[in-house]
Amino acid sequence: MDVISQLQRQFIDYTSSLYREGYVDDQFSQLQKLQDESNPDFVVEVVSLFFDDCQKLVQNMAQALEQQNVDFRQVDSHVHQLKGSSSSVGASRVKNACIAFRTFCEAQNREGCLRCLQQVNQEYSVLKNKLQQLFRLEQQIIAAGGSIPMVE
Amino acid sequence: MATATAAEVYGTPSDEELHVLAVDDSYVDRKVIERLLKVSACKVTAVESGIRALQYLGLDGGKSSVDFDALKVNLIMTDYSMPGMTGYELLKKIKESSAFREIPVVIMSSENILTRIDRCLEEGAEDYIVKPVKLSDVRRLKEFIIKGELEENSKTRHQKRKQRDEDQPSSSASSSSSSPTTSLSFLQLPAGDDASSSDPPSSPSSPLSQPELLLGSPSKRSKLLNRD
Repeated sequence: MDVISQLQRQFIDYTSSLYREGYVDDQFSQLQKLQDESNPDFVVEVVSLFFDDCQKLVQNMAQALEQQNVDFRQVDSHVHQLKGSSSSVGASRVKNACIAFRTFCEAQNREGCLRCLQQVNQEYSVLKNKLQQLFRLEQQIIAAGGSIPMVE
Repeated sequence: MATATAAEVYGTPSDEELHVLAVDDSYVDRKVIERLLKVSACKVTAVESGIRALQYLGLDGGKSSVDFDALKVNLIMTDYSMPGMTGYELLKKIKESSAFREIPVVIMSSENILTRIDRCLEEGAEDYIVKPVKLSDVRRLKEFIIKGELEENSKTRHQKRKQRDEDQPSSSASSSSSSPTTSLSFLQLPAGDDASSSDPPSSPSSPLSQPELLLGSPSKRSKLLNRD
């Protein structure tokens, strides 16, 4: 197998595993469909915005939870925002972590919230690494002169 | 018989693209919805809040910074949960405005809450889309809006044709049979001199000023044409 085919094979396998393991869902493939020659970096751009958003919101949540008197509505509002943007980019594990998080906010359970924050942070970090790997593969394919295969 | 131009048929703004005003406080969501709409051949203006949306439309009391006629909005898509003014509140403001209440408004929300959906639909929302918004959602909306514009424009063409026929009495008047709602046979449109005596109350240059006269109740139309 030549280099391009090998890389493409890797790309397909890696992408499939991301879906299979629930890191991304169908909305992520929607984003990929929105990418074309006129907007070749769309997915990378949106995902980067998402990760910036993640970082900011996680910080806000941490700060809010550190307070003497935790304002759970405030925390919930941040979680709601993160849930929204993770849903929009197809980051399903992050989204699910947010869903669980909200129930602890509603219950005004600080310990539970802190655990969830930990979980959210973990999921976001792992996803970030995985997608960076995916984008690197894409770069390699293009650099080798190949095209990115569509993975349904 | 003159052939209609694409603009007449589809009746969208001058460059024949739907112009959508998207309102969402999330930057990520704005980016996604913008792209979804562009890929679907729509013009997009994305703003971050209800206030900004009202400003864009010129509804906030201040002067609008855009030439509204040039950038007519065909559809407003707004997020429900936004700080400050919610999508629901924005919907109400738009439906309260005589200038903009005809613009279809669609609510987007991550929450699938029946009471919320009902409230929005009752207030006049065209649709309620549960996020994340997909290409198929945009496609469906676009078809719906274009269909609405088509009907609106076929009314316009019909009115124009009617005006032409009244001004130039001819037997072709009876062939204006594209009315989707009422048959014209009962009107027995005059082919002779009688036509000159029936002056329509609305001026020919503003056919849309009383759209309800078109294809509306037969009695209204006969009043229009048979006045002596």
